[in-house]
Amino acid sequence: MAAYKALFNLVVAFFLVLSLEGIARKIMARIQRRIGPPWYQNFIDLFKALSKHPFSNGWIFDFGVLMALGGALATAMIIPMGSITWTPFPNSDNFFVIMYLFAVGALGMAMGMVGSGNPWASIGVSRALTQMLGYELPYLIVMSSVIFFYKTASIHKLIELQRGGWNLLVMPLGGIVAFISLMGMLGKKPFDIMIAPAEIASGPMVELSGKYMGLLHIMHVFSVFVEISLFVDVFLGGGSFGWYLVKFVVVWVLAVMISSVLPRFRIEQMLKFYWGVPLGLAFLNALFVLLGWTL
Amino acid sequence: MKERTIWEQIADSFRSRSIWMLHYCTGCGAMELPPTMTSRFDMERFGVAPMATPRQADILLITGYLNTKTLRRVIYTYEQMADPKYVIGFGSCTINGGIYFDSYSTINRLDYYVPVDVYIAGCMPRPEAILEAFNYLMEKIRKGEADGWKRYRENYEWYKQNQIRSLGEVYVHDEFHE
Ligand code: SF4
Repeated sequence: MAAYKALFNLVVAFFLVLSLEGIARKIMARIQRRIGPPWYQNFIDLFKALSKHPFSNGWIFDFGVLMALGGALATAMIIPMGSITWTPFPNSDNFFVIMYLFAVGALGMAMGMVGSGNPWASIGVSRALTQMLGYELPYLIVMSSVIFFYKTASIHKLIELQRGGWNLLVMPLGGIVAFISLMGMLGKKPFDIMIAPAEIASGPMVELSGKYMGLLHIMHVFSVFVEISLFVDVFLGGGSFGWYLVKFVVVWVLAVMISSVLPRFRIEQMLKFYWGVPLGLAFLNALFVLLGWTL
Repeated sequence: MKERTIWEQIADSFRSRSIWMLHYCTGCGAMELPPTMTSRFDMERFGVAPMATPRQADILLITGYLNTKTLRRVIYTYEQMADPKYVIGFGSCTINGGIYFDSYSTINRLDYYVPVDVYIAGCMPRPEAILEAFNYLMEKIRKGEADGWKRYRENYEWYKQNQIRSLGEVYVHDEFHE
């Protein structure tokens, strides 16, 4: 049963996030007063990329791409989708398990892309890891205070404990900080420094051709699923499968709309930003939780 | 022409709807690309999107005259792209030399050096003409007629000879592994 649920997770993640990416391109086009591509454009892009004849850059490169995909797939399998009914592995959906598994994918990507030997790729990877340093610190402090408050790190138990009210309303500061960190995780506009097509030629992806591009696109799809699902489960109280999907779409559209009107930070501006206001708010949130001043 | 298998036909119809382009801006024609990309003409609605590197790109836009120095880079760029790849020659300079036909440092006919799938006539072509060319290229890809990359493989000796005749040497240096 758990295996079927895990597979169902993957199917939902694939179709949901790919169509949402297409819809994001449409939204961005409408904001810029264009018509924009159809919503299924990203499916076409993905299948086309998988149909090309790519170049490899050695076995470290191949292995890195597979490791990235495997890490993201494994993480997407254990994410609860809104409630205990849609939790594939109720005993191992611990927040720390998810964070560790998720790092496997990111490290695989870093290893493979540096293995391509292109200097732009190395710069891109170093930027991506710096950005991780930026957003993970406030995010983890907020998550620690959440875990301390509810005395559990299991995601589906967190969802059940939020029956009385969403965590976003219980600790609004934490919710806001988590959303700002989420923008960085998704690589949305003010924080898309690691791929910056105009400056570093799309960074880590610079040497990816054809099928490799397709595989990393699939990895990206599952990463987006994991990141937004965590936010929806921990701060918006999950809910039944339908409500979970609605919240997922709302969070995604909000992130896209914010990102489509903002320019890009430089790397040190990003770090200063994350370690300034969001980090301060995260500490304040932790203090409020310790003092018991929650709503 | 060989019959395509059913998989190739499906793949070709995907390829025709999603064209990632690398615009290596060699000449003045590149000036017409920004309006084609942005809100006025909006080429993203056809699935055409700009890409940053040759590895990811499907089509190479040669936007105008090529002198022998840029030609070398264009050939390197073309050889770095993943098959299937397509080339659009942009403006009359790529067809027969245009107004630079008697210049000492430019090449006259692009088709001698890399296989061109679609030419756009005009000096310089307007965004409408560019969109028309993209649609024509999509049609050709869907029917499996855009086979420049196959021609380049089959007649590699001939292309190489032409390249060496104009450039002296063509050798892609692999600086990282040397
Ligand atoms: S065809 Fe005309 S516009 Fe295009 S590169 Fe040549 S001279 Fe310039």
